[in-house]
Amino acid sequence: MNKYVQVEKVQMAFETKKGKFVALKDVDLGIDQGEFISIIGHSGCGKSTLLNLVAGLIDATGGALFCAGREIAGPGPDRAVVFQNHSLLPWLTCFDNVYLAVERVFGRKEDKANLKKRTKEALELVGLGHAMYKLPHEISGGMKQRVGIARALSMQPKVLLLDEPFGALDALTRAHLQDELMRIVAALGSTAIMVTHDVDEAVLLSDRIVMMTNGPAATIGEVLEVNLPRPRDRLALAEDARYVHLRGEVLQFLYARHKKEAA
Amino acid sequence: MTVVSIKQVRTGEDLSEIVVQKTIHEPVAAEKPVVSEVKSKLINVKAGLEFFVKRILPPILGLMLFVMLWELIAQRSENLPGPIKTWASAVELFSDPFYDNGPNDKGIGWNILNSLERVGMGFGLAALIGIPLGFMIGRFAFFSGMASPIISLLRPVSPLAWLPIGLLVFKEAQPAAIWVIFISSIWPMIINTAVGVSKVPQDYMNVARVLNLSEWKIFTKILFPAVLPYMMTGVRLAIGVAWLVIVAAEMLTGGVGIGFWVWDEWNNLNVEHIIIAIFVVGIIGLLLEQALLLVAKRFEY
Repeated sequence: MNKYVQVEKVQMAFETKKGKFVALKDVDLGIDQGEFISIIGHSGCGKSTLLNLVAGLIDATGGALFCAGREIAGPGPDRAVVFQNHSLLPWLTCFDNVYLAVERVFGRKEDKANLKKRTKEALELVGLGHAMYKLPHEISGGMKQRVGIARALSMQPKVLLLDEPFGALDALTRAHLQDELMRIVAALGSTAIMVTHDVDEAVLLSDRIVMMTNGPAATIGEVLEVNLPRPRDRLALAEDARYVHLRGEVLQFLYARHKKEAA
Repeated sequence: MTVVSIKQVRTGEDLSEIVVQKTIHEPVAAEKPVVSEVKSKLINVKAGLEFFVKRILPPILGLMLFVMLWELIAQRSENLPGPIKTWASAVELFSDPFYDNGPNDKGIGWNILNSLERVGMGFGLAALIGIPLGFMIGRFAFFSGMASPIISLLRPVSPLAWLPIGLLVFKEAQPAAIWVIFISSIWPMIINTAVGVSKVPQDYMNVARVLNLSEWKIFTKILFPAVLPYMMTGVRLAIGVAWLVIVAAEMLTGGVGIGFWVWDEWNNLNVEHIIIAIFVVGIIGLLLEQALLLVAKRFEY
């Protein structure tokens, strides 16, 4: 029963001017170490809320969350977040943005040379060795998101949390970064939770897809196992019957059973 | 009549500037065929003319009108000196700005420097206390709750109302004047810094929370750089207020300074000097503002 990441009977309510708004209700989810989970649903279904709860950026109003056997109480570098809008500090170079994280996590145990080495390795891992000393406004959106991923990975988190990480990127850059992320996560054996509204992205990257019902009081509708062998290749999969079937399952859930009324 | 001739000289200068601009462009055009050379020359002339009409002409026209109006009023008034008389007086005054005939008769240069020193002291102390205070108020809701009633209460008070308290506490004119500058220029710095802190994007603060950064790291790596532009606005407003207040403060406290100098010249009925002082105060205020704008530009991301 005790999974690496455990979400038990979680409820999240917000106080609004119109009274209490229940965003999430009775959310139960267990995630194994090394698993890649996608959370998909229509906008407003509370999928980002669920991610923020695991990150500890907000506190659940009911139920409990655990990570590696310990209750989640507040944010911490063991649950690194890749933010949708990259959230790089504009006055720091790519190197310094990552170094800030590395220094925080390893600064007590390691000397400066080691910290710099870790920072460099993280940036090289995402293919940004050449742009290390550039400021965020000097690089493209895709590169910024790479730095965001490098920053999160450099902390060697127990869980990698990705909040629509490629949502703001163009389709070509997105595909490229998805492949990169797949390669990196496979190489590091990371546990990851990704919020997305891109069906292909979810099927391509995930071991399981968590599909959310529509809010208010949203909860997990279905969990879909993606038993496609890894490494996965997007070109080969496009023709693969299993891939097409899985993709169809998610679309069925989103547009037939839980169609969102036009907002 | 001479006024007109001065104006003509000024517009003449501006025309010569445009001519210089044209000659700069000419070598580039010379490499091209004759037709396009003529064309580009025409474009240059047109651009120069447009620049002149849009940027140079309006301020000159405005100043000319202002001086003419001044002259008109001066002609109808017995005591108000006209622009020419004032100009002559200014030339004489600035020919020897740093003479020293005892404490009550010093050159205009000394007066300006003394005023600047007081403003610098009062403003510097205000920055030293106001900016950290602004950070505390912006960062911690508890401090904000403590400070905001006091700020709302004291901020609208006229700067000169603080002078008696200063005189009472310090028992001397010099620190009392500095005190008035301090108390009147501290508010914009506190408020702008605090607003800047509250405007730091939540995304950056979320990064700080996920990384569990120490309060010191949050300050040096996130808060300070993010707040800097707001802080600079506060500093700019504060120095404006400080320079605004110094004349009035010195009129009341005396000593060497541009404010006291105005009062002294009023007692001597030397109205030209008062007008000169007004211009001097205005020009120095403008220069301070422009200098700080330049500094602020360096901190934009």
